[in-house]
Amino acid sequence: MDKCKKIRKGNLCLRIQRNLGLYLMLLPAVFLLICFSYRPMYGVLIAFKDYRASEGILGSAWAEPWYKYFQKFFVSYQFKTTIINTLTITLYSLLVFPVPIVLALGINQMKNGKYKKFFQTVTYMPHFISTVVMVGLLTLLLSPGSGIFGAICNALGFEAPNLMGKATAFKHLYVWSDIWQHAGWDSIIYLAALSGIDPSLYEAATVDGASSLQKIRYVDIPMLMPTAVIMLIMRAGGLMSLGFEKVYLMQNDLNISASEVISTYVYKIGVVNTQYSYSAAINLFSTIVNFMLLILVNRISKSVGENSLW
Amino acid sequence: MQKKLNNKNIVKKSGGEKVFHFILYLLSGVILLIVVYPLWFVVIASFSDPSAVASGKVWLWPQGFTLDGYRELLRHDEIWIGYWNTILYTIVGTLIGVAVNVLAAYALSRKDLVGRRFISLMFIFTMFFNGGLVPTFLTIKDFHLYNTFWVMVLPFSVSVYNIIVARTFFENSIPSDLNDAAKIDGCGNLRYFFSIVMPLSKAVLAVIGLWTAVGMWNSYFNALVYLKDADRYPLQLVLRNILITNNLQMTFGSGEAMQIALRLSNLMRYSVIIVSTLPIMCLYPFAQKYFNKGVMIGAVKG
Repeated sequence: MDKCKKIRKGNLCLRIQRNLGLYLMLLPAVFLLICFSYRPMYGVLIAFKDYRASEGILGSAWAEPWYKYFQKFFVSYQFKTTIINTLTITLYSLLVFPVPIVLALGINQMKNGKYKKFFQTVTYMPHFISTVVMVGLLTLLLSPGSGIFGAICNALGFEAPNLMGKATAFKHLYVWSDIWQHAGWDSIIYLAALSGIDPSLYEAATVDGASSLQKIRYVDIPMLMPTAVIMLIMRAGGLMSLGFEKVYLMQNDLNISASEVISTYVYKIGVVNTQYSYSAAINLFSTIVNFMLLILVNRISKSVGENSLW
Repeated sequence: MQKKLNNKNIVKKSGGEKVFHFILYLLSGVILLIVVYPLWFVVIASFSDPSAVASGKVWLWPQGFTLDGYRELLRHDEIWIGYWNTILYTIVGTLIGVAVNVLAAYALSRKDLVGRRFISLMFIFTMFFNGGLVPTFLTIKDFHLYNTFWVMVLPFSVSVYNIIVARTFFENSIPSDLNDAAKIDGCGNLRYFFSIVMPLSKAVLAVIGLWTAVGMWNSYFNALVYLKDADRYPLQLVLRNILITNNLQMTFGSGEAMQIALRLSNLMRYSVIIVSTLPIMCLYPFAQKYFNKGVMIGAVKG
């Protein structure tokens, strides 16, 4: 028994030693991950402390009670606003989730040729525009005074509303400009899945006299489901972590009631106002909710179908 | 095969099929128009007389052709400083990003790596859970990286998503027999990777390189949070000031002078969009051929 263990142990050492080069290759990534992903996780402690820079993370006194900053967020008037705004925008984005799928189905029906290629190239292109330029574009084009939107409205004989400054328009602008920018790019993944479908399925459908629409309905869509479910689960895990970059840029004093979301609030409280503990608490709250949602959605999809992330 | 099938369809296309294809191409035309027109409008507006743009006379072609917008750009030093900074960040950041992620991905793709599952899990966990903004910010400060060149290229260069894509590629496209053969010939892991695997992996290197470069060129968040000095700002942060925060130095004179300045600044915005987006658009056709198949589909299955 003892000998057996020894041999196994020796074997393990040998196996590690033989692949020492591989560990060397892993080293930079693991080092960076420990320093800049795992160390901040330990820094999350400050959400439960009254953090003072001079005393460090461990030295600072515990908050009294420990959930002080969480409570502060839950009772603050910003709690409801940020949660509702975040959920509205992410759920809206989830609602238009099928757009890239429909686009992929359409592209798949086109005849292989120059037009198809051109169409794909053009629809991918906006993906490469930066968020700053994208929001700048929106601001320029939708400006009632000097943009093309204002000109169109004037030509039609009514005064152009200032869409960028309208709280009610914020979510629509956010979601649809995202579709404009990324739908083409997001369709690539579904196109790849479609191109992997066995041609004999189509042949069988043709023999049975199926029309193009029926082929989409009974061949393409079922074959796309696994990919779609995986993408949906990944999205659901980000329900509370709506991206900072675009929302922050689109924000202004006029639409702030509809555009203040958790990530922008965390930034303002933490980096701008330097209330470190409070900001960390809000952030931790949203991360935990996200994490639980991810596990929940994954479990549901596992029990309903056989698709899951892990 | 597909093509043959399509040809057959054309021969005996029924009425319903014809309507279906007519609607399909009609819709695709509408989509093309929606995507292209705003881009085209920016191009023509950047060459047009700003008052013609404001009054809605610019539709399909530049009106009152002018290069004033571009000339105005030359006078703004901060744009060119930002441009230079972004080029540096993009080149160094892409080199670091590709090296770190591809090396790690290859190691994780090897089934004989002891502790492979644990290390993979350690990477994937960071995709769904992180310390959050403030703890990360404090960490950066503790490492004395705040407001330095390196904060832009080093700390956030690990991309688990890219690692998964590359790992899947290595697993599926590099036969493991190759490694066995190399081992018998006495070739070590490192030498094997650099002289055999790398030349076979140009596609995945190109894709990850492009993604990293585009991400570097386009992001502003890290600069916003971790940089203080304006002379370190990347292009995107400068653009934000020009395009969105309206932080233009305007001459406040008489009403008319101000009108002219305002129009010129609007014109310059169109030009700055062109100048800042062109380099990344030029990069795109080179890597496009890699996008459609292969590497992409691996990302989902991984």
